[in-house]
Amino acid sequence: MADEPKEPKPPQVPTGEKPASSTPPVSTHPAKPADANAPVAPPKAAAPAAPKPPVVLQTPLDNEIVKRFRAKFGGSLLEATEDRKQAILTVDRARLAEMAMHLRDEEKFDMLADLTAVDWPKREKRFDVVLDLYSFAKNERLRLKVHAADAEEVPSVVSVWPAANWQEREVFDMFGIIFSGHPDLKRILLPDEWQGYPLRKDYDILQQDTAWVRENLGIESGQ
Amino acid sequence: MKAGSEAILTVKGTTLSIGTTNDHKTLLGADELVINMGPQHPSTHGVLRVKLKLDGERVIGSECVIGYLHRGVEKIAENRTYQQFAPYVDRMDYVAAVSSGLGYCEAVEKLLVAEAPPRARVIRTILTELQRIASHLLWLGTHALDIGALTPLFYCFREREEILKIFEKYCGARLTTHAFRIGGLQYEAYDTLEKDVERFCKDFESRIAEYEALLTQNRIWIGRTKGVGILTAADAIAFGVTGPVLRASGVKWDIRKAAPYAAYDQYKFEIPVGTTGDTYDRYLVRMEEMRQSRLICLQAIENIPSGPIMAKVGKVLKPPPGEVYHAIEAPKGEIGYYIVSDGTVMPYRVHIRPPSFINLQAFDRMVRGHLVADVVAIIGTIDIVLGEVDR
Repeated sequence: MADEPKEPKPPQVPTGEKPASSTPPVSTHPAKPADANAPVAPPKAAAPAAPKPPVVLQTPLDNEIVKRFRAKFGGSLLEATEDRKQAILTVDRARLAEMAMHLRDEEKFDMLADLTAVDWPKREKRFDVVLDLYSFAKNERLRLKVHAADAEEVPSVVSVWPAANWQEREVFDMFGIIFSGHPDLKRILLPDEWQGYPLRKDYDILQQDTAWVRENLGIESGQ
Repeated sequence: MKAGSEAILTVKGTTLSIGTTNDHKTLLGADELVINMGPQHPSTHGVLRVKLKLDGERVIGSECVIGYLHRGVEKIAENRTYQQFAPYVDRMDYVAAVSSGLGYCEAVEKLLVAEAPPRARVIRTILTELQRIASHLLWLGTHALDIGALTPLFYCFREREEILKIFEKYCGARLTTHAFRIGGLQYEAYDTLEKDVERFCKDFESRIAEYEALLTQNRIWIGRTKGVGILTAADAIAFGVTGPVLRASGVKWDIRKAAPYAAYDQYKFEIPVGTTGDTYDRYLVRMEEMRQSRLICLQAIENIPSGPIMAKVGKVLKPPPGEVYHAIEAPKGEIGYYIVSDGTVMPYRVHIRPPSFINLQAFDRMVRGHLVADVVAIIGTIDIVLGEVDR
């Protein structure tokens, strides 16, 4: 079982450019259906043997966007990486709103597709706030990340992308991260009076606000 | 919940957080009124509660109250293995479970740097397109019912039934199908799958014409939908709206074309777009989408490649550490999965970007200035499923 993760790595080459490279194999397969199991296996085994056995999934990123970004914000760009061919910029929390404006207006990332957070309790700054941007003009995605410690505020991007409104409320609801400048930061999925933030790692899956459950549902436990 | 204990009718003084319009002068100088719609209301399609601020019969502000169906899906994901979590995503958008399942499976495959074999990808495409038709049919039937046209519901459910029968034959389930597995498919296509799909597609062409005959030129339908709930392209993009709602506003964007997944790069189809972004346009866009899905199905059954249906991903999935965001075009819009792996058998974090949740944000923008009766039409036209909004 130890080598399980390595198994799927080989076909990394085809996944890179799905539309371009996946078409030919599909059309060739029906041509020789007799031993359909055979043709699929060899390319998989052959592909990884030559280039690099330990496939590196995370690589540093240095494209035009990053260059322009670095020229404008300098040291506030903490890290630019690529994970499985997806661009990730880790930036300074304090200048997030300013950077968001830059990315929307200069780089044409006009849609905020997704905004969420990840909790890493062992880290000094435990939260990652993650924004997934999309540009209609370039058909490109970009992930923006900021680190925040408990009780540290993250600048809201609602004024840049109104789509952030409910998503920031959800992150506040689930992680307790405060977004400064949000027009109406309150819980969205959980009841307003709920205590605790369920998606933090130290919140057990069976944990609940028993006082709230007792008072509002009239039962001892919601389990 | 707290909601139930609140007064149903509240005179001025109740605060509405979205766009408080205290300076608003009512038409007749009367007080503004805040009324509560839902969560138990037949036309809110589930447990959606809307606070409406009214000037007489006209809506001047609104606020959606959601979360009644929150089950903590993302928390559950952190406590299940990758495969164990797969059936849970079917319970979000339970009228388009196949699409949610496809998004999740492909996201994990991306995380594993694996890819489903060609045969699996084509079968996935067929089932997902059938699901899109089924989801749009359910939308059409209930949307028309909300507005007062009773007949289309029966017609739509007749055809939807045929699709659900195909799902049932394929995997044994009709709604929460769990049709796909990470790495491909568990079940081979049953013997008559192509025939069944072909027969459905053949019949379906004339069936769409039947729905259109009932509605498209119907004066009452036009009166209730044209010019109602207009969403401009700029607003739609700003609110992150995706799917048919975005396309009806004139933005020609579909993930099946922008970043093809499954086997969509092999098929020819058009992306229908609207012009004004009103409820009528959204109706036309979805009708045309059903036709295009039908065409995709017909092309796909022509040539299903032979070969394995499952990639070699192993029984215990331990994706290498890292993260991935993968989005597909679900019937309601972009469904995205952001998955973080720490190298163990359980995902460190799964975040789901549900199209219904994001699209519902634009509701307030669409509803302002309209009559209370139009609220029902606008809720219907966004096409939300509360299981997905609340997760």
